[in-house]
Amino acid sequence: MPHTTFASMSSRSAPDAETLPVETETRRSLISRPSVSDRVFRSVAFTAGLITVAIMLAVGVFLSFRASDALGVAGLSFLTEQDWAPESQTFGIAAVLFGTITIALIAMCVAVPLAVGTALLISEVAQGRLRATLVTLVDLMAAVPSVVFGLWGVFFLQANVIPVARWISTYFDWIPFFRVQDATGHALTEASAFTSSALIAGIVVGLMVVPTQTSVMREAFSQAPIGEREAAFALGSTRWGMIGAVVLPFGRGGIIGGTMLGLGRALGETIAVYMIISPIFTINWEVLKTGTNSVSALIALRYGESSSFGLSALMAAGLVLFLITLVINFTASSIVARSRSGAESN
Amino acid sequence: MTILLDSIGMDSPDPSDTIDPQTHTTTIPSSAGIPVGPRRRVRGARLDDRFNVLGAAAAGIAVAVLLFGWFTPLSGGVGWLLVAYLTFIGFYALLVSFASDWQEVKDRVMAVLLASAGVLLFGALVFVVAFTLVRGQEALPHLNFFTQSMELAGPLDGLDVGGIVHAILGTLMQISMALAVTIPLGIMTALFLNEVGGKFARFVRTISDAMTALPSIVAGLFVYSAIIVLITHQRSGFAAAMAITVMMLPIVIRASDIVLRLVAGNLREAAYALGSTRWRTVWHVVLPTARPGLATAVILGTARGIGETSPVLLTSGVTAVVNWNPFEGPMISLPLQVFDFIKSPEPNMIARGFGSAAVLILLVLALFAIARVIGGKGPGQLGRRQQQRVVAASARDLQRITVNGVRRARLHVPPSLPPSDLNAKETSS
Repeated sequence: MPHTTFASMSSRSAPDAETLPVETETRRSLISRPSVSDRVFRSVAFTAGLITVAIMLAVGVFLSFRASDALGVAGLSFLTEQDWAPESQTFGIAAVLFGTITIALIAMCVAVPLAVGTALLISEVAQGRLRATLVTLVDLMAAVPSVVFGLWGVFFLQANVIPVARWISTYFDWIPFFRVQDATGHALTEASAFTSSALIAGIVVGLMVVPTQTSVMREAFSQAPIGEREAAFALGSTRWGMIGAVVLPFGRGGIIGGTMLGLGRALGETIAVYMIISPIFTINWEVLKTGTNSVSALIALRYGESSSFGLSALMAAGLVLFLITLVINFTASSIVARSRSGAESN
Repeated sequence: MTILLDSIGMDSPDPSDTIDPQTHTTTIPSSAGIPVGPRRRVRGARLDDRFNVLGAAAAGIAVAVLLFGWFTPLSGGVGWLLVAYLTFIGFYALLVSFASDWQEVKDRVMAVLLASAGVLLFGALVFVVAFTLVRGQEALPHLNFFTQSMELAGPLDGLDVGGIVHAILGTLMQISMALAVTIPLGIMTALFLNEVGGKFARFVRTISDAMTALPSIVAGLFVYSAIIVLITHQRSGFAAAMAITVMMLPIVIRASDIVLRLVAGNLREAAYALGSTRWRTVWHVVLPTARPGLATAVILGTARGIGETSPVLLTSGVTAVVNWNPFEGPMISLPLQVFDFIKSPEPNMIARGFGSAAVLILLVLALFAIARVIGGKGPGQLGRRQQQRVVAASARDLQRITVNGVRRARLHVPPSLPPSDLNAKETSS
């Protein structure tokens, strides 16, 4: 090979080039054909990916297709109507969506401080075996079935939260949403007015989403660069000073992203909420008072009795819920991913 | 190879009887004779610190006791705890501030707050689990709880009649069907994302990430209206398994994707450099390296799938009898059975509900323990047994290479050469 190229290159200057054989060998192709096993592997893996996408697109497409019946009838009032009566064509998710968001926000108030504290405890304070144990416990908590959390909420937490809720409603009734009143504006104090409230559901859901948030935040915190940490210590900072100056700013993306991932899960939580709340179909601003609702609890409540059109209306509600969690999840993962790459580049 | 033997340590078979240790081992300088002072403790707490914590705790409890019942008409356990805790924080800050500056006070108080977040969270976890197990003790000692179904038990019957064997069997059947789809499909998809790649793989990853956001009730609603209403016209264990699959698949894909990504690239490149095909690399290098992680991913996905209630609620239906046919008739599972039991106002039914929840949570705990035992290590990290096997294999390789090399050298060396030349060949081989 080198011999022939040399000959062809020097053919212009050397007159005796014609005596040498030119282009006897063709250039070897560097592109190799994949072997049979590789082709089988590739096609099987490709098929698996295709099936996965097909299943998941089927869910989305089917949901939107079936929901379009109900959405076509209800139009924009689907987002503003509070009542849910698909048989009489008046139905909307204003009340249930409001309840869902209330419960999720209360859950965030419970979960975020706990998650940030636990994540900092694991990444900054605990050492060695204790840290490994805590990480395992967080993972374990994520695997506890939601029906078990629901049981705990109904049979234990409810009775213990009622006195606290009554105390808050007595002393903080100048804040509108802590007020508990009947229809005539009278303040209620009996225990039955405080059962099955958004507050209790929110606390239980909050405990359920803490593990998700903690693991995202812990990962973000532990990626805070060691150089900056040691610089802070070398300048005489205390541990909390270092956390405030280095870990929290670097982990901000993780905190926001983890919070939003937890929010997505809190919005979709069904069975614990369904066990605790007593469903109503009006917007209830008083979070301590009995009665709230959520989209997923609505679906669990009404799927059996629904006619074909009622099912389509439930599909529409499910679709709205799915779209909201989808947007939140994508935003969250892009924030987490961006913060991660930022931490790595330093 | 000898470096590997040395770094792994004492339990390796000593190869020095076959080769010369002087030429083949890395020597670590001995630390004998170098004086090492006593190690300073940099982490322990001083006596003052302990006294501050204990003193502040005592003060907090005392103030709360005084306020509740003696000085003011406050009552309630939660309020007592809250008052005691807040007073404890205040007194602790005060005690620390006697000896240190503002920065240190902040540091100490924040350390206490972080620790209490952890204590609160794990206290809640332990409490939720223990509460279920304790309340379940009423039903669990009855052996018939595990051997009978609810077929012959009426709502008023005592706990010595009826059980949840139908729910346990239903859970096992549904989760096996779901796993039979999820494991091959999930792991193949994860392999596709990592080993094949390309534009379509990125699309698959985006879609499966999006699917982790799917609320479980919506997955149930999808299966209900797509399979039950349109095709089978009846609830079945199969439909429930499909709903669980839709929930589990993205979890398993995502977890396996992360595990496969952690397989070191140089292992793959080494395999390619040795001329192996893509499939052989996957089968002999990537999958064995990632095996513990993949097992963990699958088991954690299973633990999540077993606990799913809401998709099963819509798709499997409630029954009181054992149903062996997953394609026909309702087939209840454990979480749904819990949900169904506690809807009843009867105390015996609620006791049964807690018993079923205890069984469910023990199942999840067992799965979790298995996952920890298998997957406590990262990819490529080996257990004791595996390490010994690797060491033995590399010792065998070394012996094969050196001994055979010497033999080959002896065969090829002409007898007229002096023996010193033979030695030189031996060391270089």
